Amino acid sequence: MLQAFLQNIINGMAQGSVYALVALGYTMVYGVLQFINFAHSDIFMLGAFGGFFLAKWLSPFISNPLILLMAVVIGSMAFCVAVGLTIERIAYRPLRTAPRLNVLITAIGVSLFLENFGQIIFGADPQVFPSLISTHSLLEGEGLVLNNIQLTVVVVSVLLMLILHWIVRHTKLGIAMRAVSFDIEVANLMGIPTDTIILFTFTIGSSLAGAASILYGLSYPKIEPLLGMMIGLKAFVAAVFGGIGSIMGAAVGGIVLGLAESFTVYYVSSTFRDAIAFGILILILLFRPAGLFGTFRREKV
Amino acid sequence: MKLVQWVTIIVSVGILTGINYLLEENINPYVIRVVVNCGIGMILAMSLNLVNGCAGQFSLGHAGFMGVGAYTSAAITTVLALSPFFKTDMGVGCAIVIGGLAAALAGYLVGLPSLRLKGDYLAIVTLGFGEIIRIIFLNIEEVGGARGLPGIPPKANFFWVYLWVVITFVALLRLLRSSYGRAILSVRENEIAAESMGINVARYKVVAFVISSFFAGIAGGLFAHFQSFIDPNSFVFNKSVEAVIMVVIGGMGSLSGAILGGIIVTVLPELLRIFEQYRMVIFPLILIVLMLVRPMGLLGHKEIWELFRKKASS
Repeated sequence: MLQAFLQNIINGMAQGSVYALVALGYTMVYGVLQFINFAHSDIFMLGAFGGFFLAKWLSPFISNPLILLMAVVIGSMAFCVAVGLTIERIAYRPLRTAPRLNVLITAIGVSLFLENFGQIIFGADPQVFPSLISTHSLLEGEGLVLNNIQLTVVVVSVLLMLILHWIVRHTKLGIAMRAVSFDIEVANLMGIPTDTIILFTFTIGSSLAGAASILYGLSYPKIEPLLGMMIGLKAFVAAVFGGIGSIMGAAVGGIVLGLAESFTVYYVSSTFRDAIAFGILILILLFRPAGLFGTFRREKV
Repeated sequence: MKLVQWVTIIVSVGILTGINYLLEENINPYVIRVVVNCGIGMILAMSLNLVNGCAGQFSLGHAGFMGVGAYTSAAITTVLALSPFFKTDMGVGCAIVIGGLAAALAGYLVGLPSLRLKGDYLAIVTLGFGEIIRIIFLNIEEVGGARGLPGIPPKANFFWVYLWVVITFVALLRLLRSSYGRAILSVRENEIAAESMGINVARYKVVAFVISSFFAGIAGGLFAHFQSFIDPNSFVFNKSVEAVIMVVIGGMGSLSGAILGGIIVTVLPELLRIFEQYRMVIFPLILIVLMLVRPMGLLGHKEIWELFRKKASS
């Protein structure tokens, strides 16, 4: 009983930290531009495929698994950044002053485009993500398993979140980002290059999605072009749960969602796995629309 | 009702019966299929247009309400087996209306709490509800679960679908020109101003949502009784997105635009069939380009007949 409970916590943490990393991308873009970047989930998917091909090409040359993993993670992050910036430049920037609804629809369009494009290029069949590091258990009790991949996922995620926290709280860039998210017009008047800051926000968000996609590929080695859809939606739920725009909130929301999912699968039924996320979302929006860590801004006339 | 209206109804029913007869006798089934799907698309687009275009709320869960209508009506005509009446034309018609009412009830339950939220949040909540509704159907074994529900009497033909297109169009047009409709439009234009003019914003949002859900349910019922098979995958997120695209292409807030959008979104993939796999890439590209070049959609807020009318004051 207790073992199963602990096992669920371990599984939930590993799954949840992936959600948290993706959720950070949503929450940061929402923070500065106030729209849901639906394409973010597909950036995640492209990152997984980028890593997949990179690992294929690099594995004959690099024998040390740790260096290979590092190379794949960094390569995938760079690829995601390139995609994210292109999307921002082509699709979102011309709509900077347009109504938010139009930007949202464009985002849905970009997302559909990437999904269908991915299906043509990569094929609709799932691919097997190469196991970059061999799995071995670190801890084995009665019915309790903690393997090195789960540990890697959690550690890398926490590390990335700490770096992000440092950037946002303690660098000049972070101050500028917070200023832009507080009020973009005034920030512009104060001499902050808002376009650059927005690009930078996309850079961070996309690179986190890239890292998350590799971590996901390590723990669930089956990737397909529509893989981003569900994960993206759930990560967004995580972001809303924690309070959209709040970095701390996205991290906590992701972990909570991962835990909730893992417990639901174990104690209720695996078919309700996807419903629980939306159930949580609706409850949080009904009782605390601003999310756990969010602050509610009253609209003024 | 005035005599003119009765005459209009009788004439349109007559015309529909005539076209239906011609189609079923002479045209190949593929064309009929596309035409009927157009009709279902039109109902879907017009109903969503009421929420997305006219009330200015962004709903992304339309497929969920369509699913409620489809499953309710299909359950009545198949597994529930209440009476043989529900296998006949009229019975199926009643079942579809009951499906619409069930969808309207679902819309009320969803709308009441979630319409307090704004913009993107509403989009995500409706999306969530749409997915939950789908997952619920996935878990009800009585209606087939993941295997789907086969053997639905295929009674919805061209006549019934287009009769509903006409009913939807007239009902929504009348609604938009009533005081209710003006109140709904004022919510879109400026919520705060509307509120200060004494309009109960929350109430009108719910009204719009419920009516929209009703017609979405009707579209779902027609869909079920046209395909004669439904499964939860018929009502995935992409279906909701498709409905949104119809409204956006046609023009937000324009009924005739929604009809146009319904036709384009249904017919375009068929025309693009020569490009085989690339059509699903071209489609979103059109959407993006449209947003960049003509963000208000093809018709904008205007109705199609307003485009040809001379400007009153100039």
